[in-house]
Amino acid sequence: MTFDLMIPGQLIGALLPDVVLMGGAMLLMLLAAWRRESDAWQRVVAVGALAVLAAAAAAVLWMMRLDADASIGVIAVDRFRWATDLLCIVGAGFAIALMSEQNPRARLVAGEAHVLVLLATAGMMIMAAARDLMILFLGIELMSIAVYVLVAMDRRRERSAEAGLKYFLLGAFSTAFLLYGVALIYGATGTTNLTEIGARIILYKLADHPMLLFGVAFLLIGFGFKVAAAPFHMWSPDVYEGAPTPVTAFMAAAVKAAAFAAFLRIWIEAFPMVVLRWFGPIWWIAALTMVVGNIVALSQKNVKRMLAYSSIAHSGYLLVAIASTTSMGSSAFLFYLLAYTLATFGAFAVVSVVSDGAERGTQLSDYEGLWQSRPWLAVGMTVFLLALLGFPVFGGMGFFAKWYLLQAAIASPAPLVTLSVILVLTSVVSAGYYLHLVRVMFMKERDGAAAAVPASGPLTRLVLITTAVLILVMGVAPERVATWSRLSAIGPAPSAISSLGADTPELMPPAVDPAARR
Amino acid sequence: MLITAPTGAHPLADTAARFVWLVPLLPLAGFVINGLLSLLAAANPGPADPSAAGHGHHADGHGHGHDDAHGHDDPHHAARHRFAAVTSLVGPAVLLASFGLALAIFLAMRGVDMHAPYVQTLFSWMPTGDLHLDAAFQLDPLSMVMVLIITGVGSLIHIFSVGYMVDDPGYPRYFAYLNLFVFFMLVLVLGASYPVLFVGWEGVGLCSYLLIGFWFSDEANANAGKKAFIVNRIGDFGFLIAMFLMFSHFGALDFAGVAAGAEGLGLGNVIVTAICLFLFVGCTGKSAQIPLYTWLPDAMAGPTPVSALIHAATMVTAGVYLIARSATLFSLAPMAQLLVALVGGLTALFAATIGLKQWDIKKVLAYSTVSQLGYMFVGVGVGAYTAGVFHLMTHAFFKALLFLGSGSVIYAMHKAYHATHNHEDAQDMRNMGGLRAHMPVTFALMWIATLAIAGIPVFSGFFSKDEILASVFARAQHSTLADATLFGIPGTAVLFTVYVLGLCAALLTAIYMTRMMLYTFHGPNRTGEAERPHLAEAPWVMTGPLVVLGVLSLAGGWFNLPALVGFLGPVGTLEHWLEPVVGAAQLTVTHGEAAHLSHSTEYALIGAAIAIAITGILVARARCRPEALVAAKDAPVEKGIERVLLHKWFVDEGYQKAVVTPTVGVSRVVLWKGLDIGIIDGLFVNGSALLMRTLGWFGSQLQSGQVGTYAWVLVIGAVCLLSAFRIH
Repeated sequence: MTFDLMIPGQLIGALLPDVVLMGGAMLLMLLAAWRRESDAWQRVVAVGALAVLAAAAAAVLWMMRLDADASIGVIAVDRFRWATDLLCIVGAGFAIALMSEQNPRARLVAGEAHVLVLLATAGMMIMAAARDLMILFLGIELMSIAVYVLVAMDRRRERSAEAGLKYFLLGAFSTAFLLYGVALIYGATGTTNLTEIGARIILYKLADHPMLLFGVAFLLIGFGFKVAAAPFHMWSPDVYEGAPTPVTAFMAAAVKAAAFAAFLRIWIEAFPMVVLRWFGPIWWIAALTMVVGNIVALSQKNVKRMLAYSSIAHSGYLLVAIASTTSMGSSAFLFYLLAYTLATFGAFAVVSVVSDGAERGTQLSDYEGLWQSRPWLAVGMTVFLLALLGFPVFGGMGFFAKWYLLQAAIASPAPLVTLSVILVLTSVVSAGYYLHLVRVMFMKERDGAAAAVPASGPLTRLVLITTAVLILVMGVAPERVATWSRLSAIGPAPSAISSLGADTPELMPPAVDPAARR
Repeated sequence: MLITAPTGAHPLADTAARFVWLVPLLPLAGFVINGLLSLLAAANPGPADPSAAGHGHHADGHGHGHDDAHGHDDPHHAARHRFAAVTSLVGPAVLLASFGLALAIFLAMRGVDMHAPYVQTLFSWMPTGDLHLDAAFQLDPLSMVMVLIITGVGSLIHIFSVGYMVDDPGYPRYFAYLNLFVFFMLVLVLGASYPVLFVGWEGVGLCSYLLIGFWFSDEANANAGKKAFIVNRIGDFGFLIAMFLMFSHFGALDFAGVAAGAEGLGLGNVIVTAICLFLFVGCTGKSAQIPLYTWLPDAMAGPTPVSALIHAATMVTAGVYLIARSATLFSLAPMAQLLVALVGGLTALFAATIGLKQWDIKKVLAYSTVSQLGYMFVGVGVGAYTAGVFHLMTHAFFKALLFLGSGSVIYAMHKAYHATHNHEDAQDMRNMGGLRAHMPVTFALMWIATLAIAGIPVFSGFFSKDEILASVFARAQHSTLADATLFGIPGTAVLFTVYVLGLCAALLTAIYMTRMMLYTFHGPNRTGEAERPHLAEAPWVMTGPLVVLGVLSLAGGWFNLPALVGFLGPVGTLEHWLEPVVGAAQLTVTHGEAAHLSHSTEYALIGAAIAIAITGILVARARCRPEALVAAKDAPVEKGIERVLLHKWFVDEGYQKAVVTPTVGVSRVVLWKGLDIGIIDGLFVNGSALLMRTLGWFGSQLQSGQVGTYAWVLVIGAVCLLSAFRIH
């Protein structure tokens, strides 16, 4: 069905999943404050939060079934949005599951944390839906503020508080860039609507307008910060390390997914005509991010920090999908995000089990001999690491994620050959730290004096099993998810593509007509 | 389920055939269950679990160290596995269920026109670029025959194993491997494309390796496993190249696609010939033909039922199946066919000579298997695919019977030695003799199998072997092969040579088999005074399968009677059954007309074959004097040709000197110390790792933890980015 977003009732309808989630979050906030905080009450809130997420997911699925779409408006109603929504909801569900068992261990009594996850998720869903820079900003702020608090949630622990403050300060700094970019773009085009911006750039021949270009550049900086792309990534290792592990996982997966989804939509819907200007910078950012993330990860001794750098590297890979500027790229992007979300949550779930409540026990040496003491945990971690590495079969869908990404990069109108080579080479480098951890788990003896790894709770175990099984199953039969991501992809209007091709850093002529490849 | 039925209107689509995926899945389920039982017991050793104490029990001096005996030599550890009862139930049950389903499919397939195979696509396997490959199963008369043999004979061997292995500490592990093997074997014969077949091909290789080295605590067994694995890799290399060639020239890897691609090509096409030759390289490895046969005799280190199932009845015949499956290709490559037939004939004779002088009862049977596989390759080599598959089938019956019978003998011998704590070799025929009195059932059944393999009329082996030899004779006169040449020698000459080789091998077969029977069952007993009272027939769970196999060995010939003896029953059943698959290819070879020999010629050939078989038996009766034989520990050292034969023509030693030692030497000095440690490790691996680590260290030095620094980096990045936007 088609929504007319000019009619308020229909606008609300198009926002149904967001309304469900936000309404639920607010009710839950009241519920969290209802009683004196305790572990038991915290658990009740967690269950409530999971229920709200389930309701939101159901709403998303229902919208998908309706095959809803909308004429041009402030809200996008398309399958790309639903796909992103589902990714964020799944991430939030995992985060709440982990948190509900990790918080008591950390002696954290904070039922509102679950509500904050819901609010952040609501922000993400608004970002995924935004077809207007102001709506987008609303979503980003809603998400960010909730996440600032989540990072600093364990406030008695110095690291957590420090991480929260750092994230907040630098986040505010980058938001200034972002907002300034929005203002400049508005100044140049007179609108904040994405499709309108795209149309007016063509209509008024604004592609070389300095004000617009400054705006695009500032916007790029703002997003670069949110997705932790080099050189705007400096905050992320410190923050990821300091935050409670479930929150780190949430940030590494869901926050990044939402930021990337908004990023992709803006670049495909608003700026396809400026591609000659932004292609080079994004190319360089992608290359730099992959190189910096992977190489610095090599010298990390702390597993959480190592995963933080690995997550930076994955931002680089995802930027390759954005640089490929095709619907094939965005379908590879969705597939990659799913694989990445599952593997990241799995890996951080293992980290949360191995570490104690105070986030000690995250050093590489704490993983020595894990195979002997907790074999299934070691096997699970291996699957997640191999998935992040993109290893075939045992890394499950991680392999296909990288494979589709490379395919999209090569098939782009301006084939990203050099970038693909960098992607593959830096992946090789990444084997250096992923496999090192595997080696430590399997081939080192456990220190006899070390404390035993505590048992994982049922929900954590559920997260571990779900992620591992999904990764492995989709590694054997990726076709269904690949079809799903193909159907959910968005691509630039064909007219925009014709300007691509020459004068890109690759200096390659368009290989195939991308419209035919759809 | 992921299952779709693209064939749609195929007549089998609505019958039991739609459950064909269950046929391999059931053994896989058995593997999972038994594997879990094995792991479970290993993870929580119960009070009765002997694995800790029982380890290394096989290393103690047992004859030649490859004694096929059962677990615990020490009666104090004689405890069964905790889950032995469950395994005894699950292991054979999954196979029987599989066999039942196969029978149902077979019944559904009768009377259906099978010229188009029934293909069941499970899921899309490699949807990449130009290559679109499905994980799909293909049911046609050929795969049906193979499935029935594998599940049928497999079931019997599984049941036999229950009696043979139940006291082994690794019993569930054994059945897990055995079930897994059957799964892969079924994938091999059911696969609808070469890559799926290859998955099964490699899978059975893996299981073979695991089962040969089942008692891995003995180094000789572990080495035998490794040898089988490595020698097979050489063959697999050929198989892979054949697949690459198919893909690059036909753009397809499924059977239908490859056959369609080859259709328009002329006789003797270079590409097709190359593909066939490379496929045959794969076959020489898997099916133990010259020059890669050396692993099979060593493979007898595994438990005897394994030898029966894997190294006689099923896996080693995979090469024969592969050629029959690729009949369309081979029929276009007469040169390759001639080579296959020649290698088959040479192997048949060569292995038979070695079989003459072996003392280990399983070694005799191993070389006999190599020799009989040679016959099968002669059959499929000359384009008589039905004859080859027919011999494959009868051989599965009588050779499984021989191996299981020898297993029953070894079981009895071992029990006897066990009872008296004697460490003699339970497999050496010089320690046997006169077992007829102690094991009458085994004795009678093994004679049936021996007469079958020797080619005495009415027994199954007679019909199949005769059909192969007659086909060679007919094709030597009139076929595409006769018109072709091999290394400049006319095909007719090659084929007549193969025919003579086959006759000689038949004579030797009769001799060594009779010799084995005489030394084992006849004459006086040499086991030992103390041991003799302990010799006894095996329990019914072992003799039962033997009886069934005995009936099949006796009557197996009725599956494909020659026209000459039409009064005995229906003629050429298997021929008609396989016609949709290999009929066209057979006709190509014979210039489009059915192979034909005059009745008088045929009578003469049969007469010669019978005369040779009887001569062989009589020669053996005259030459082998079980009364004169002494027990192994007192036996004199052989001299002259006997020594050469006993040491298998010194081929293993030759390979060691010519291939293994130089390879290891070059690998050690040049590749390992020079290239690997020096250049690759030193420069590339450690060097680049050091470089990366150093860079990483610099990177992390920037990470000061100061918000101010971070903000500065951000600003610098922003400035660079803005300039990158080329704003002038």
